[in-house]
Amino acid sequence: MSDTPVDRAATATPPRVARKIKGLSDRAIAWIFVGPTIFLLLAINIFPLIWTIKLSFTNFKANRIGREVKNIGFRNYERILTDSDIWLNMQATAHFLFWTIFFQVLIGFTLAYLINKKFKGNDLWTTIIVLPMMLSPAVVGNFWKFLYQPQIGLFNYVVAFFTGKDPSSFEMLGSVQLAPWSIVIVDTWMWTPFVMLICLAGLRSIPDYIYEAAEVDRASKLRQFFTITIPMVLPFLMLAVLFRGIENFKMFDLVVQLTGGGPGSTTELTSINLKREAFEKWRTGYASAYAIILFVTVFGLASIYVKALNKVKER
Amino acid sequence: MSNFFTGLLQLRRGPWEMVATILIGLGVFMLMQPFVLWGFTYSFITTLIGTVMFIVVSHFKE
Repeated sequence: MSDTPVDRAATATPPRVARKIKGLSDRAIAWIFVGPTIFLLLAINIFPLIWTIKLSFTNFKANRIGREVKNIGFRNYERILTDSDIWLNMQATAHFLFWTIFFQVLIGFTLAYLINKKFKGNDLWTTIIVLPMMLSPAVVGNFWKFLYQPQIGLFNYVVAFFTGKDPSSFEMLGSVQLAPWSIVIVDTWMWTPFVMLICLAGLRSIPDYIYEAAEVDRASKLRQFFTITIPMVLPFLMLAVLFRGIENFKMFDLVVQLTGGGPGSTTELTSINLKREAFEKWRTGYASAYAIILFVTVFGLASIYVKALNKVKER
Repeated sequence: MSNFFTGLLQLRRGPWEMVATILIGLGVFMLMQPFVLWGFTYSFITTLIGTVMFIVVSHFKE
């Protein structure tokens, strides 16, 4: 008799249990294996979602447990969707989302393209470039706050060096015009390496013989770039955009640490506003409706994005 | 174009997914646009209809 781990496990199983398992169908055994996962999924994801949907139609406040909870129908949704302040928060989120993804894809792909060229110290540079994304967002937010200081901040001095302006003449975090850009810069600095890594994986997956065939056909470098490199990296790029898009739609920690949503509410992204409604004003029902609106938006976007990604992969 | 409408009438996945995708895209644009408040007001219902439609029509035949 062989002595494999499977045989040892079979011998170790008490005869009573073994008899019971023998009586089970394959389907039942499969359910036993996936059961705990399904239970956890229901308990941690599906139940809270259904509960949130239920709460979104009520005036429930989590800090007043004894108070009578009234069903108010679509009133929460109506109030959110006619509130011009929330509309402004959505616009701030759109600005943040669009520009961070734009810069991260542009710089990330460029860096990946350069790193992919074999040169001395290429591994060291890759390690140095990916360092920012290994830091905690709270730490990044804190030290960029110092970098943005108008009196002592390095950022203002670098800008002043190139533009000839007085370093203390502008305040990145205090200005209504500049604050939205300050959070875009920090998020781009922190997460461009992530996009770079994904693009690098895409670039390294392109077999050399495709470029060799293109060389034989006397295709120019520019043509090779647009007809080989870009189409073959596109699924990877789209994946990076999907990940960053979803992450930035719920961006919270970095922005809270940097600006706290200010000045005024110029950098108050929807997730920050949502947290204030839920845990500062304790309007739980209202915040639930708000969360459902954001959830449907992200879910809808992710659905069409995944479909587009599959189409690109099929090509 | 006529293929698109034929596909819609015959409940084919491709054209219906296209309609759902347009609705979701339009809803998200309405949610985040800075031009008109009524666009923001009706954005959620547009996205919701698009998303539910997308889930349903993705089970249609190719």
